[in-house]
Amino acid sequence: MSPTTGTRSRTDYSGGLSRVVRHPLFWPLVALAVLLLANTVYSPDFLAISVLDGHLFGAPIDILRNSAPLLLVALGMTLVIATRGIDLSVGATVAIAGAVSLSFIASSPNPGAVSTVLVAMGIALLLCLFLGVWNGLLVSVVGIQPIIATLILMTAGRGIAMLITEGQITTVTSAPFKTLGSGFWLGLPVAALVALGVYALVAALTRRTALGMLVESVGINPSASRLAGVKARTIVWTVFALSGLFSGLAGLILASNVMAADANNAGLFIELDAILAVVIGGTSLQGGKFSLSGTLVGVFIITTLTLTVTIVGVSPLVTPLFKAVVVIAVTLLQSPVVREKLAARSRRRAARPEEVAA
Amino acid sequence: MAIVTPEKTPTGERTASRSHEKGPRMTAMVRRLHVDRRYLPVLGTFVVLALILVIGGVRYDNFLSPGVLANLFINNSFLIVLAVGMTFVILTGGIDLSVGAVLALSAVSAASLLQSGVPVLVVLPLVVLVGSVIGLLIGIMVHVFEVQPFIATLAGMFFARGLCFVIAPESIPISDETFVAIASWDTWIAGQWRMTTSVVVALVVVALAFYLLHYTQFGRTVYAIGGGEQSARLMGLPVARTKVLVYVISGTCAGLGGLLFAMYSRSGYSLTGVAMELDAIAAVVIGGTILTGGTGFVLGSVLGVLVLGLIQTVITFEGTLSSWWTKIFIGALLLVFVVLQRVLAARRT
Amino acid sequence: MTNHETATRPVVEMTGISIEFPGVKALDQVDFRLFPGEVHALMGENGAGKSTLIKALTGVYGIDAGEILVSGTPHRFSGPGEAQDAGVATVYQEVNLCDNLSVAENIMLGHEPRRLGAINWRATRREAARHLSTMGLDIDPSSSLGSHSIAVQQLVAISRAMVVDAKVLILDEPTSSLDADEVAQLFAVVRRLRNDGVAILFVSHFIEQVYEISDRMTVLRNGRLVGEHLVSEMGRLELVSTMIGRSMEVLEDLHVRTDHAVDPTDGAAPFIQTVGLGRKGSVQPFDLEVYPGEVVGLAGLLGSGRTEVARLLSGADRADTGTTRVKDAPTRLRNPRAAIAEGIAFSSEDRKLEGVVGDLTVRENMVLGLQAGRGWMRRVPAKQVDEIVDRYMTALNIRPANPDALLRNLSGGNQQKVLLARWLATAPELFILDEPTRGIDVGAKAEIQKLVADLAAKGMAVVFISAELEEVLRLSHRIAVMRDREKVAEITNSEDVGVDDVVELIASGGGR
Repeated sequence: MSPTTGTRSRTDYSGGLSRVVRHPLFWPLVALAVLLLANTVYSPDFLAISVLDGHLFGAPIDILRNSAPLLLVALGMTLVIATRGIDLSVGATVAIAGAVSLSFIASSPNPGAVSTVLVAMGIALLLCLFLGVWNGLLVSVVGIQPIIATLILMTAGRGIAMLITEGQITTVTSAPFKTLGSGFWLGLPVAALVALGVYALVAALTRRTALGMLVESVGINPSASRLAGVKARTIVWTVFALSGLFSGLAGLILASNVMAADANNAGLFIELDAILAVVIGGTSLQGGKFSLSGTLVGVFIITTLTLTVTIVGVSPLVTPLFKAVVVIAVTLLQSPVVREKLAARSRRRAARPEEVAA
Repeated sequence: MAIVTPEKTPTGERTASRSHEKGPRMTAMVRRLHVDRRYLPVLGTFVVLALILVIGGVRYDNFLSPGVLANLFINNSFLIVLAVGMTFVILTGGIDLSVGAVLALSAVSAASLLQSGVPVLVVLPLVVLVGSVIGLLIGIMVHVFEVQPFIATLAGMFFARGLCFVIAPESIPISDETFVAIASWDTWIAGQWRMTTSVVVALVVVALAFYLLHYTQFGRTVYAIGGGEQSARLMGLPVARTKVLVYVISGTCAGLGGLLFAMYSRSGYSLTGVAMELDAIAAVVIGGTILTGGTGFVLGSVLGVLVLGLIQTVITFEGTLSSWWTKIFIGALLLVFVVLQRVLAARRT
Repeated sequence: MTNHETATRPVVEMTGISIEFPGVKALDQVDFRLFPGEVHALMGENGAGKSTLIKALTGVYGIDAGEILVSGTPHRFSGPGEAQDAGVATVYQEVNLCDNLSVAENIMLGHEPRRLGAINWRATRREAARHLSTMGLDIDPSSSLGSHSIAVQQLVAISRAMVVDAKVLILDEPTSSLDADEVAQLFAVVRRLRNDGVAILFVSHFIEQVYEISDRMTVLRNGRLVGEHLVSEMGRLELVSTMIGRSMEVLEDLHVRTDHAVDPTDGAAPFIQTVGLGRKGSVQPFDLEVYPGEVVGLAGLLGSGRTEVARLLSGADRADTGTTRVKDAPTRLRNPRAAIAEGIAFSSEDRKLEGVVGDLTVRENMVLGLQAGRGWMRRVPAKQVDEIVDRYMTALNIRPANPDALLRNLSGGNQQKVLLARWLATAPELFILDEPTRGIDVGAKAEIQKLVADLAAKGMAVVFISAELEEVLRLSHRIAVMRDREKVAEITNSEDVGVDDVVELIASGGGR
């Protein structure tokens, strides 16, 4: 009856099961499990992992490896979104990283040397860090909306990448560089190890330092944060810089996968997949609370979905259609209107036994 | 917790008093210049356009020939239509990422339907309608379910792109005689200026959009929503209907754009129009429409498309400059315009 | 001017209006009537229910009980649009028009003259110009609204109301950002409309303006009707004390009181000293000194400039004139960070918008201020966090005593205590508290008052703002009286000073 919708305290369920259901990662994990199950039903040995030459092989390992670049991009995106921002330029940054590193290796006298590869990677990462700083500058100092500020680099970035590769698809042969994308270490794909390593690093960085809390604070209530003395500018700048750096690393892995820098197609639409992964993982586009583990699950869902489409035999080109279904389902479930309806229903259900008791 | 009804928000009051201080000075300045500040960004676009024309005209022979300029319209007619639709959405403060994919879907459907022998007169309205329906769905997501336009149109983009591949993964040539006849119809204005069907369609769309935006209550409501959704609601304007309608218009324009693209390329291919939404957005922004909504003109967006087209033309004429410079130039131009808008906005508040 | 009393029927008649929000009765059986051809002031302090009453009338809020008659017929509007159609138009403090559109459009939008279905712009501008000229406004109808001052925008908003032939015009704090000339211009229009028979509901915090323009007033307090009076029969002193209310029986037995016998200013140097500090459109230049161990109370009605003083002292707003010295060193408090670095803490009156970070835990909210000062790299050590949390959870008696609860799930009083803990953790030397006890229960209120007294006793400088004068009187050593955005008086507190004295100062403007 009340004219305003006040903050409704959620009905407190007792019992372990409902607590599990209410965990924010419950539905994403269910979605992932359903996907994996569907695959196992379709091809029973889907989850099987075999050992070959001391390396692990199998679909789960493929999912791990294929997830690496998206996970890296999505990690940065999570932090950016938590501050109420968005970074559309990550795909272009991916392309630039590949272009820079491979062009450097291709033009060096000794493309196979470890030192060459390390220098190439260093230059690429430094440049991508700079691109992130550039985005951060536009957003936090100049005060341009994030979506527009990063649209600029999104548009110009691929041009810059092509400028670097001179419009060619640069290919190289360099064993050390190839290791990043296709190598194995301790039986596991190097790419996956790198991505998971960065994941652990970001988790530590956000939860061991105060970065996570301040990022959330700025995202939840910018005015209160300002009055509390939080340097919002530094925080926003930092997350954009990190997003650039991680996208660069993702770009290196993608370039190493195919040992080619394709300025036009490397990381195409990765920004959309990353945003999708973040949203599926339960981080709201309105900013505030973020969940890195949610993003991890979101990334696995997208990679598994892509792999599933291939395995089932549908043309991979149709994948967007399935993604659309996932986006629509997730966003509608998260939409305030639907949530209110669902909440009202569960309240009614919860209220009924009490009425009986009384 | 007690509900406190704040009877005065200090923030609002402060901004109010600030604009109040600047108000008279700005008015004086604008009066002196005799230019309404609302036209300043479009004027900027016009200056850029003129500059490119002059530079091109000085550097290259034949650059200012009617043929080159007519081709500018012919090659960009579908982009003009997309930009027009995008202008409506951006004016309300939204964004539409789906237009590139919807354009492809419309083109592929047209080609596929024509291939299976459906008559042209059925195909033409049908594929445009496909765009309208997708726009309607997006509008409902945005307004009824309060999904952010970015995400809703992203879903629309994935959906349309996926459908393209379901219909036909490979390129379908269009050989229907009536369709080809319509596509290849042209006329010469003043004997030198070539106009094709798609140019005529694009110009009609521009005129229609201009009429809608400036001479109907719907159009003024679009601007009002961009100026402040809350205010528009308090003024008693039909906000809900208008917000859904802009996405329908954008979708319809994308559908029509697909048709024009099919005429232009005489085929339907599911990979066309990738990232074309960015070109459309860039054209709108360069055309002086502010991405937060409320300020901009559909004619500005047309100028924006022409600027983009001219940059491409210049690079073609230059010969030694590679094609990727187009993107870098567009990015740089975007930067300049966005910073300029930011400066103008900062002076206003 | 009051001849309508018996002759005419009221155009708006609200009887027994009640509105309940979760946990709070915002309006309790309120009656209100408005006659054609009168200016009727709606008076009351913050939370008295003025806005709620207006929103009930215009259909923004639904009512839980009561009846609303407009021109004799019962109405329950679904929203401002419907109210407008019935002739009830509202002009808000923050002008709710579109400043990206032209003046003419803002006046005529939705009612434009058409020709062949298309908007006839020439006729639209002509119509708009006609409405503007009746307001005495000579501006170009095709100029954009944003290029005009707020005063002009207010008049444009009123013009819009006149296009729909409003019988009732609600002016919700229209003068709060206008200067004297602009107010005069607005009032001229208001008088003209009144003489044309329009009923005008006027809300303002400026007492003098109310006396200047209104014929009749209704006073609300805590959601209840206190009385309806003819302005000519109601003295200023009586009005102020009616608005503030004297029924503080619950608080009477809280004997928290600072020791007024001690004079902290005696022989000490002030912690902060301002000379001619001011900000255009916000507060007139003022001088103020606050000494260590001293509580300086800011007394004044809502909108008197008391909050604005606090915002300048805390760097939340930047001053454009005057100087500030902290510990005798010249300082510019450019932003909250700069103030915090000087040892100044500011607890804003707008707890929800400027204090609570709802989705963070109590623990995180408590250390936010301290952490912000250290930057993100140097985290406050876990041990120190635990110490802070333990200390303030107990000291401030925060319930529930669960530091990992999300702050938004706590009651208003407990949220306030957490925010106080946030600031105390930064060990400030000057603590500026703007309405720290508003909207919280009596128990928490008493605890916060005690805390303020204790902090001062331990040597902290405190600036204390409250709408409740009793509270200010009991806690302050010195009281600065604010009125109409100006510091009008400063008194040293003693046992002899009573609420009446302060009320008189507010009402009289310090004898000026």
